[in-house]
Amino acid sequence: MKTFVRYLPLLLLAVAWETVSRLGIVSSLVLPALSSVAQAWFALIKEPDFWSNTAASLYRAGSGLLLAIVVGAALGIAMAWWRPLNVLLSSVVEMFYPMPKTALIPVTALWLGFGDGSKILLIFLGCMLPVTLGAYNGARSSDRTLIWSSRSMGASRLRVLWDVVIPSAMPELLNGVRTALALSFILLVTSEQIVSRQGLGYLIGYLGANGSYDAMFAVVMTVAFLGFAADRLYQVLMQRALAWRE
Amino acid sequence: MARVSDQPSMRPDASLPLERPVGGMLIAARSVFARSLGIILLIVAWEAVARSGSVTPFLLPTFTATMTRIWSDTLSGELLGNLGVTIYRSIAGFAIATVLGIALGTLMSRNRLVRWFFDPIISVGFPMPKIAFLPIVILWLGFYDVPKISMVAVEAIFPIVTATLIGIQGVERELLWSARNMGANEREVVWHVVMPAAFPQIMTGLQVALPIALIVAIVTEMLMGGYGVGGAMINASRLADSRGVFAGIVEIAVIGFVMVKCMALLRRRMLLWHQEAQDPTTV
Repeated sequence: MKTFVRYLPLLLLAVAWETVSRLGIVSSLVLPALSSVAQAWFALIKEPDFWSNTAASLYRAGSGLLLAIVVGAALGIAMAWWRPLNVLLSSVVEMFYPMPKTALIPVTALWLGFGDGSKILLIFLGCMLPVTLGAYNGARSSDRTLIWSSRSMGASRLRVLWDVVIPSAMPELLNGVRTALALSFILLVTSEQIVSRQGLGYLIGYLGANGSYDAMFAVVMTVAFLGFAADRLYQVLMQRALAWRE
Repeated sequence: MARVSDQPSMRPDASLPLERPVGGMLIAARSVFARSLGIILLIVAWEAVARSGSVTPFLLPTFTATMTRIWSDTLSGELLGNLGVTIYRSIAGFAIATVLGIALGTLMSRNRLVRWFFDPIISVGFPMPKIAFLPIVILWLGFYDVPKISMVAVEAIFPIVTATLIGIQGVERELLWSARNMGANEREVVWHVVMPAAFPQIMTGLQVALPIALIVAIVTEMLMGGYGVGGAMINASRLADSRGVFAGIVEIAVIGFVMVKCMALLRRRMLLWHQEAQDPTTV
């Protein structure tokens, strides 16, 4: 009951959408009724094409993101750990962090063409810096007294890194990953819409150009839902992973 | 360390060790050099790799060629026009998002009905890749500025609303109680107590939203073509004009950097009275 009341506004919006379109207040070309979008979606999921495009998109986002997390986290922690690296890279990170990563879409296409490679490289480059910055800030803020006491109790520098610095970098690092997750969807959809022959972004552009708007709405909703679901799933995992903190 | 009697005008130099004036300037110059060392090395490496012949100029034009291209675009006025359009779109969308976002966040914190209605919409809408809706927005609003600015506003409003809401909820009860106790009415409480106290949080939201606004402006330009830095880059890429593409990247990196720096500066200016301004600035 409580969840029902909480999410009632969304239901109201859905009902409003359906009535506005059914009553012809706006043309069904501009806004297909929710029910016809749902119908189009059910028709869509029966087609193998839809699944292969979804798989292509998820593969690209997943591998790009994974690379970004591994490299980004290692880089961030290394920057907090080793001063020369910090001096060298902090200005580069500071310069590129605010840069809209979508600017790289034409370059990755130039380098790797229209296939999976250019998307994966784009998502990797675009998602790396939020993770790096999170890892760096987290590692830098690790408690001095913890480091000192573990050192004085005879832990080696590597041991301190592994047992003190990395765990205390975790919360901020994981927050950086969350930003990266949201970013990866944006980069994926735009790059697929601009330069691709496969993937959900491509499907949106293709269906829109063909004028099958209810199917296009269905794919757009699918992408939006995937992004939302990924974020929720990640939050649950993150809380589980950070349970030791409380 | 931080004392009330410290003059704000002394602040900028406080982080540098005090020495003789000339020595101070030298140290400042050296620290600027040290901080930009990474960028300088990156540019040198770029030039070296591009000149070494291990990659074709198509894949990586030299830095000097790219700068020459930017210079010639500046002289022809093309760069200024494109930059102006892109900055106009992102700032216009950002301004709309700021006004509506702060208003909505404030309303949500004051009124339970508004809160009930918008809470699920925001919690569901925030993590969604809203850029996917662009084809629909084009369908509704056509091409040119309006769909782009609305897209920017829609993407930028979420962090602002959430930050406003969190900021207002974090205001200390004692402040509100004492203001009311001293006879402030509801409006005065909002304007003179809640807003200033929530301001650092709101500012953080704005700082998150500004780069998003720029990203979305450029993405919409890329997807829809036409004027603007994004459109120019896509055109260059379609014509296999790699100098144009790299010129676009340098331009976009510089605008992004300048915008974020301006915002950080604005924050420092506007929050001089706040505790955080006394803390040493970190990297």
